[in-house]
Amino acid sequence: MTLAPETTALKVRLRLADSWFAVCDLTALTPGRGMAALLPDGRQVALFRDRSGALYGIDNRDPFSGAAVLSRGLTGTHRGRPFVASPLLKQRFDLLTGQCLDDETVRVATYEVQAG
Amino acid sequence: MSTTASVGGRSRPTIVLVGHGMVGQRFLEALADRGLTATHRVVVLCEEPRPAYDRVALTSYFSGRTAEDLSLTDPGFIDEHGIELYVGDPAETVDREARTVTARSGLVVGYDVLVLATGSYPFVPPVPHKDAEGCFVYRTIEDLLAIEEYARKRATTGAVVGGGLLGLEAAGALKGLGLTSHIVEFAPRLMPVQVDEGGGAALLRTIEDMGLSVHTGVGTQEIVVGEDGAVTGMKLSDGSELATDLVVFSAGVRPRDQLARDCGLTVGERGGVTVDERCRTVGDPRVFAIGECALAADGRVYGLVAPGYEQAETAAAAIAADAAGAVDEAGQPSFTGADLSTKLKLLGVDVASFGDAHGTAADCLDVVYSDARAGLYKKLVVGRDGTLLGGILVGDAEAYGTLRAFTGSVPPVAPEQLVLPAGAGGPVQLGPSALPDEAVVCSCHNVTKGTIRGAVTEHSCTTVPEVKKCTKAGTGCGSCVKVLSQLVTAELEANGVEVDKGLCGCFTQSREELYEIVLALRVTSYRDLLDRHGREEARGGDGCEICKPTVGSIIASLAPTIGAHGYVLDGEQAALQDTNDHFLANLQKNGSYSIVPRIPGGEITPEKLIVIGEVARDFGLYTKITGGQRIDMFGARVEQLPLIWARLVDAGFESGHAYGKSLRTVKSCVGQTWCRYGVQDSVRMAIDLELRYRGLRSPHKLKSAVSGCARECAEAQSKDFGIIATSNGWNLYVGGNGGATPRHADLLAQDLSDAELVRLIDRFLMFYIRTADRLERTSTWLERIPGGLDHVRDVVVADSLGICEELESLMAAHVSAYRDEWAETINDPEKLGRFVSFVNAPDTPDPVVGFVPERDQIKPDLPLLTIGTRPLEGSAPR
Ligand code: SRM
Ligand SMILES: Cc1cc2nc3c(=O)[nH]c(=O)nc-3n(C[C@H](O)[C@H](O)[C@H](O)COP(=O)(O)OP(=O)(O)OC[C@H]3O[C@@H](n4cnc5c(N)ncnc54)[C@H](O)[C@@H]3O)c2cc1C
Ligand code: SF4
Ligand code: FES
Repeated sequence: MTLAPETTALKVRLRLADSWFAVCDLTALTPGRGMAALLPDGRQVALFRDRSGALYGIDNRDPFSGAAVLSRGLTGTHRGRPFVASPLLKQRFDLLTGQCLDDETVRVATYEVQAG
Repeated sequence: MSTTASVGGRSRPTIVLVGHGMVGQRFLEALADRGLTATHRVVVLCEEPRPAYDRVALTSYFSGRTAEDLSLTDPGFIDEHGIELYVGDPAETVDREARTVTARSGLVVGYDVLVLATGSYPFVPPVPHKDAEGCFVYRTIEDLLAIEEYARKRATTGAVVGGGLLGLEAAGALKGLGLTSHIVEFAPRLMPVQVDEGGGAALLRTIEDMGLSVHTGVGTQEIVVGEDGAVTGMKLSDGSELATDLVVFSAGVRPRDQLARDCGLTVGERGGVTVDERCRTVGDPRVFAIGECALAADGRVYGLVAPGYEQAETAAAAIAADAAGAVDEAGQPSFTGADLSTKLKLLGVDVASFGDAHGTAADCLDVVYSDARAGLYKKLVVGRDGTLLGGILVGDAEAYGTLRAFTGSVPPVAPEQLVLPAGAGGPVQLGPSALPDEAVVCSCHNVTKGTIRGAVTEHSCTTVPEVKKCTKAGTGCGSCVKVLSQLVTAELEANGVEVDKGLCGCFTQSREELYEIVLALRVTSYRDLLDRHGREEARGGDGCEICKPTVGSIIASLAPTIGAHGYVLDGEQAALQDTNDHFLANLQKNGSYSIVPRIPGGEITPEKLIVIGEVARDFGLYTKITGGQRIDMFGARVEQLPLIWARLVDAGFESGHAYGKSLRTVKSCVGQTWCRYGVQDSVRMAIDLELRYRGLRSPHKLKSAVSGCARECAEAQSKDFGIIATSNGWNLYVGGNGGATPRHADLLAQDLSDAELVRLIDRFLMFYIRTADRLERTSTWLERIPGGLDHVRDVVVADSLGICEELESLMAAHVSAYRDEWAETINDPEKLGRFVSFVNAPDTPDPVVGFVPERDQIKPDLPLLTIGTRPLEGSAPR
């Protein structure tokens, strides 16, 4: 995967209450894989980039096990929507809404992410 | 102790079955199918210490099938139908006046209908010392147990008297027990009943090549015994003496008709209870005889199971008709004779004969193809008008299912095209679609093509197992399963049933089909594969968690051949790997990782042990000896992995692939070098194999073990491929499994040299990798693929598909391209980038990963995990 030169200097930013928090260079995210980021208040976010370049952010904690591992799951497309499957027990979470696709009572927090 | 059951006051009429063998059990099923177990009391007297079992598969007892595996009697069946089964209690007398049967225990049972299914006994020629210690027959599980024990304790050589079907099977079993084996046959050729002279010659050659000594045209005159009365040899009719410690008589069988004789029923001149077309004994309409004890209406005693099954159905139908008060017997099933078609796998050689195999019909012609060098012999018997009458196939019986089904009709192509090898004008693939509806596809259960089609169209079966259950086809000898599955697929497709064999929501192809695409088109990119070969709706998307690792694994196992990068985390491949492969370590419940360095064959130097100890101590890891003969270190944070591995690689360790769907361990026992029983160097072989196949990506994990002798301390028979040393080399077992559904491995080949062993494993593994489904261990794969073990053996031993060279070269490419993943990773700063807990705080450890002490080591601090695990009510969805 070669990145277009103009995107290389871009930063991945995350929306917190009323500010944008710069996390890392866009190049640090491999398409189709996640990365964990630490927020100033100690929360953890799982960041993803899909093959079209779209960015997503959800809470990194896997609500089923408590481990902070969602960033290490495999991503995919289910009925046109992006998801990540927990690497521990494989439940899938919608990357846009945080909704668990395998248990409707469970949802994780989502974050607004952009490259700029 | 004698019990006397009341004879009078019966509310329901009683059917008594004497003999619970294969045919007896089939008879009970036929009664149940007809509702007779509900209207009648059914009593079974069974002589053997266990209910009916699969005698046809008896020999597989030596390759690990247990008595339970062989059982034909579902425990629920007897209870469900209220059948009274007396095990280990044979019938001793029948009083036809009083209509009672008395069993050995003293039990007396009154009957309205009596069915004799007492089978046969092995004929032992009346030679001197035939009963000496060391002489056996081959008929029951008890016989096998006795042979096995004697062979282990005091025999190195064994001889089988009789070179027929059973004799060859017995000789093969003796060889499998590690004995030098001889076969002595009175006739001038082997298997005189089934094959003709040409077939016998082809068979002889192959069997001698396997190391069995064959003596044809000589009779056994005397068993020679030593001072202790045990066998030491046998005198043959040509004056020679053959030294042997064990003798198995397999000189044919005789009907067990004593019970019938004693109660005055008619028996044939050469034995067998005489019955009519309904299997009713002549002279007593209340008594029936079925199976090998019966002399059928056509004047023959059948020694095969299929005719016995037909007799069982016939007798049950007649009993049902009597019970319903039918007077007219016309239209009821009848048994007037049966086809003697057989297909056998003897010592790995296919032998089949069907129809009029010896060409006894007037005016018939033979079409023969023979290649003695390759051990091939094929003969078709054809009538003047082109009707296929029968045939014999030795060495390659691939066409048996189709040819048998065409017997009695004129096949749509010239007969020579059916027997010639490819390249010489044949073979023509005669699809089962060419068969007429009346063609019998499964001869064990007499199931026609029409019935199989009906199972799909009328009974809505959509899979082969469903059709098997519904029609019984394919549940006997199994030789028809291939044709059966072709028919089922064809029928489903003809009915427009969409058989979605797709791997997942992204691909309509199965794993096997994707493998073929990747190999043939040299696809090295998952995205290309998805965009060009994926389901319409999945193209352009991100795939899913099922197909990504599957395709990642296919690309990795073919990497050197298709020109992909061998390193699994290279470029786009990185995104395909499961988290364990992504971090080259195993994820644990709290988000930490475990580390398993390779310890080939379980052999390790003190220096290396010390390094492991030091690394574990320095990083505070929990250590445990695994079930795979190596050491696991737990509790590493993701950012510690490269540091730990830098030390391990430096000390000469490499990745143990505990994380991958790939070769795990090849366990060993200490073997010949130290153990007083060992016959080969099992440790060296285990190390060689582990180093050869390390890093090989496969549909599921692969495990292996090598034992130095038959005591099997390495548990090789529970492995995907297991090796047991023999005094002549190695026996290779495949398809074993521990885990949740344990499976004993099957013997694939025996007495292999080092080179033969490695070559066979190369082929086996590559064939498995090519054709298995995702997450299908070799055990389930072997049970699923049409033709099972026999098919796999055909492919990897006899090269029936002509792909062995390709399989070997694929493996050779893997072996030469292997590099240690961890050494590559720690030497590449870019790859090391991912080993951080946080992309924006590389040096901060994940606060959720913490440990508490236990038994002088650490364990995960679980309360840390429960803090805040409930999902937060999220910030605004986008
Ligand atoms: C560490 C170990 C247990 C131990 O402390 O001894 C172990 C640990 C795991 N086993 Fe195992 N198995 C271990 C030996 C075995 C054995 C014994 C053997 O290999 O002789 C078996 C039975 C033999 C067999 O596989 O046929 C075994 C049968 C399984 C199974 C069931 C497989 C099956 O076909 O039914 C699974 C589940 C699976 O793979 O789907 C499994 C899965 C696992 C996993 C990978 C579960 C998971 O996903 O977390 C465990 C993770 C290992 C880790 O984190 O390092 N493990 N596991 C052993 C590592 C051996 C090694 O050196 O690599
Ligand atoms: C090693 C081996 C391999 C074979 N391979 C094949 C093959 O590939 N294809 C094929 O078609 N056939 C094969 N056969 C033959 C097949 O097993 C028989 O045709 C089949 O078992 C016959 O069934 P049966 O019920 O008539 O007899 P059996 O299965 O022998 O059952 C008869 C039962 O009756 C019991 N019995 C006898 N007398 C009494 C009594 N008085 N009271 C109570 N019980 C009694 C016996 O103990 C026995 O359990 C093979 C046989 C052997 C031994
Ligand atoms: S399998 Fe045989 S050679 Fe190996 S340790 Fe056990 S007894 Fe010894
Ligand atoms: S022919 Fe034996 S099972 Fe079908």
